[in-house]
Amino acid sequence: MSARNNIPVADMVEGMGVAQLAPGTDTFRGQLVWRHRKGGIFAVLGLLSLAIALAMLAVLVIDILIRGVPWLNWGFLTSFDSRFAEQAGMKAGIYGSLWLIGLTILFSLPLGVMGAIYLEEYAIQNRLNAFIRINITNLAGIPSVIYGLLGLQVFVRWMQLDRSVLAGALTMSLLVLPIIIVASQEAIRAVPPSLRQASLALGATKWQTVWHHVLPVAFPGILTGNILAASRAIGETAPLITIGALTYLRYTPTGPLDFFTVMPIQIFNWTSRAQEEFHDLAAAGIIILLVVLLGMNAVAIYLRQRFRRKVRW
Amino acid sequence: MAQRVEQEPNARAAVPIPTPILARREGDTVTTPVEKAWGKTVLSMTNVNVFYGSFQAVADVSFDVPQNQITALIGPSGCGKSTVLRCINRMNDLIQSARVEGKILYHGQDICSPEIDPVEVRRRVGMVFQKPNPFPKSIFDNVAWGAKINGFRGNMNEHVERCLRQAALWDEVKDKLKESGLALSGGQQQRLCIARALAINPDLILMDEPASALDPISTLKIEDLMRELERDYTIIIVTHNMQQAARVSDLTVFFSLNEQRQGVLVEAAPTQQIFTNPQDSRTEAYVTGRFG
Repeated sequence: MSARNNIPVADMVEGMGVAQLAPGTDTFRGQLVWRHRKGGIFAVLGLLSLAIALAMLAVLVIDILIRGVPWLNWGFLTSFDSRFAEQAGMKAGIYGSLWLIGLTILFSLPLGVMGAIYLEEYAIQNRLNAFIRINITNLAGIPSVIYGLLGLQVFVRWMQLDRSVLAGALTMSLLVLPIIIVASQEAIRAVPPSLRQASLALGATKWQTVWHHVLPVAFPGILTGNILAASRAIGETAPLITIGALTYLRYTPTGPLDFFTVMPIQIFNWTSRAQEEFHDLAAAGIIILLVVLLGMNAVAIYLRQRFRRKVRW
Repeated sequence: MAQRVEQEPNARAAVPIPTPILARREGDTVTTPVEKAWGKTVLSMTNVNVFYGSFQAVADVSFDVPQNQITALIGPSGCGKSTVLRCINRMNDLIQSARVEGKILYHGQDICSPEIDPVEVRRRVGMVFQKPNPFPKSIFDNVAWGAKINGFRGNMNEHVERCLRQAALWDEVKDKLKESGLALSGGQQQRLCIARALAINPDLILMDEPASALDPISTLKIEDLMRELERDYTIIIVTHNMQQAARVSDLTVFFSLNEQRQGVLVEAAPTQQIFTNPQDSRTEAYVTGRFG
């Protein structure tokens, strides 16, 4: 605030300039100065929270970069794990993770989106459906190790898939399905009802309305949900360890029924080794994991932008 | 249209309904006094009640809509005009709690009957909404889509041009058919929605306050357009604007609320009569602006 029109700053803060416009009365007490000040306090608090969060993240990333970068080289990406830190690489983990994520998306995206379409567009409003809706949200909050136990019993034992990448992907699909369903539901719900009515009023069937109008508009939102789900899946370790994914593997999966390991498991394994070099190797592994994660998100964001342009708002 | 005069209900019921396909058929005409004065009846409502759950929104509404005329539904807010309109293309089916009772004969067929597919009804009865709601697609696709999904076999370019011309929009958009329909002004968007409705070759067009979100110039354009369309189509318009009803419509149906807050039909008559010589005191109070 500057001393405009020669009114001393102190006087303006007291609200003189404002008081002339809207003087307080018995029924209205403006307290404008205090109201503005309150807004200022919250802006500062918000900035502070953001700064703390970002600073922590920055420290973490910098620490990992310092420790991991020296270990990054082509050999690290192309060789298998080893007892010797200098020879150890992430090949098995990278391949395993890509296999796992690919299969997980293959299973969970169509199932999740179709489930969301049913819940939002077809299901009638009754208690059963309300119950299902609430519990899908609850499922998203269940600890991942529980899904691991479920996968161990159902996929590994009953379906006898053994500790294969298929069993892992199916377990992971269960884990991310609620996330995909809820996000897709939100995206579908955000499509304006007037659009559906316009379509139906032209003699379109429900499915034509969903396919031609609802899904294209909801698709960017659905993709966002999928980014979240895939990011969650690629970083998960617990359910895979529960179903018995290997920690030390010297080959890559050639089919969905092969054994596998994933990047987070390798990283976890290295951090539990006694030698200091393996801890730094874990940092290098984290860098690779981050790069893969960011790469996947970039692809999804690119797709999202493309589809957004296709809908001509 | 005068309130439903005695009509032989059995004469229509006797007409066999072979398939739930709504097509105009020769030989199912029954001449009623209304038809003598106004020509063939397209739509005939008899004792229509609409419920939302246990609440009755519309009670016992009966009126006829003659072909190639504009029928205006007027009345105070919440009196069920739009609800009645939405019965005609079965849009109330989309509301889970809504229930429609009574008979709505469209060219002699009861479209409330469960054998009738609402999709088939909407294919014949077009609708224009209160707020312009073009698809987030190109202008061309906005018009072409409805025709395409309904199996239009013909030259789509010509069809789209014809519909846009009929909606008095062609000259304004002919150079930008690939641009988004949402890039147009509000009035243009509403005419695009009319063109879109025309593209499925309806014979009855429902308009739910089509000009209430538009400026006066666009409103006049829409009204002129309705006068043009009247030659080829039958139009039912819901409007809050009494001047609009007086300017544009041939027949007016006045709705009001009864003591139970249900929408009821008070008077249905030629527009001129409603506005100059209403038979019911409630109508008179409304059109002279003393109520509502």
